Amino acid sequence: MNDTDETITTEPAPVAADGHGDHDDHVAHNIAKHIRGYMMVGGTLLAFTAITVFLSYVNFGTMKANVAVAMLVATFKAGLVAAIFMHLSNEKKLIYRILVFTAFFVLGLFFLTYLAWYDPVVR
Amino acid sequence: MEIPYTVTARPDTGLWNAKVGIWLFLASEVMLFGGLFSAYVFLRLDASPGHWPHGLLNVPVGTMNTAILIASSVTVVMAWASLKMRKFRAYKWYMFFTILCGVIFLFVKLYVEWPEKFVHFGARIKPSALEKYEPYLGNKHLAEKGENPRLEITGHLHNKEALTDPNIHEYEIAMDHVNAEPTNPESDRPHFWPKHATDKIAHVEKKDVEFAGMFLPSYSTYFATYFTITGLHGAHVLGGVIVFLYLWLPVGANLYKRNPEHLANRVEVAGLFWHFVDLVWIFVFPLFYLL
Repeated sequence: MNDTDETITTEPAPVAADGHGDHDDHVAHNIAKHIRGYMMVGGTLLAFTAITVFLSYVNFGTMKANVAVAMLVATFKAGLVAAIFMHLSNEKKLIYRILVFTAFFVLGLFFLTYLAWYDPVVR
Repeated sequence: MEIPYTVTARPDTGLWNAKVGIWLFLASEVMLFGGLFSAYVFLRLDASPGHWPHGLLNVPVGTMNTAILIASSVTVVMAWASLKMRKFRAYKWYMFFTILCGVIFLFVKLYVEWPEKFVHFGARIKPSALEKYEPYLGNKHLAEKGENPRLEITGHLHNKEALTDPNIHEYEIAMDHVNAEPTNPESDRPHFWPKHATDKIAHVEKKDVEFAGMFLPSYSTYFATYFTITGLHGAHVLGGVIVFLYLWLPVGANLYKRNPEHLANRVEVAGLFWHFVDLVWIFVFPLFYLL
């Protein structure tokens, strides 16, 4: 279990076809820049968790309004997780394509629920 | 057999294979949880007034578990970043904290939250008998305020034998605060800090009860959806912990020596799954605990 950078970079680094030390240093430098961002996102998520809890004890008039506010905050938090932690803010085209299909089908699924309220036989 | 494209991009997709694989899997997971969430929306919106309970879960404990999951999402992304920077010792520590967070989350769920529910009792009163139990329900007070009616008396069951013995004709319930002081404005809305059941006993006749039992999935639609969704989510947390443990053990170190980028990619893929589990919880927490 050796974790000094010197020994590691002398090992063959099968990153890409051009996998030399230079490439690795470049990657490491890029990652290091992102770490602060990850920490800030973590802090933001914790803060918004507290905000969600606080807002649930505020009466926005109707239960529907309270649900809407809570879901808005949750969607924002989920967006942060997806964009930053899951690297979706900067991903390859194929991943987005998979997700477009997923979104289409999951929205379709929710639409089926919506349709149920317009069932002319039961209602 | 050698698995191709573990660290280099496949020319046609532009991605290493596991990345495509995990996203396809997550797409199927979205459909799985999507189905359950749409069932939840349907059941909740169709519940008649008073049938969707509020304030039955322990909010401080739920908040703590939410924070633990968020912290673990940060540590797993740090574990991955450490591998990318070829800092193996840092990786081991971050992974250790991730596993620890997952284990704490599961422990709280299985040994604190669920057992708390399993010993909590509720009796749903028949519509015809609601008037009789008005002193415990306070529905006139709620109607004046435009709030939904209370249809159940909850608390701790004193005579547990009443559940099985048909010769016992009533339940003796040490009531929760809402039923002990139903007209106290404090009871109108749930509180952040849960209150223990009071010493005040209600005698509820079995013939006046529509359904009575512990807070198990069979107790209500609410608890059925709660246990199903948090149970499935908990199973995902367990799955994540097992994968992380595998990558943390010497298997990870050996892979790191052979090909550090391969381990980094495995951690990234496992991390993507973990973030998804966190993402699901971000919706589960407000929907079940707060609203």
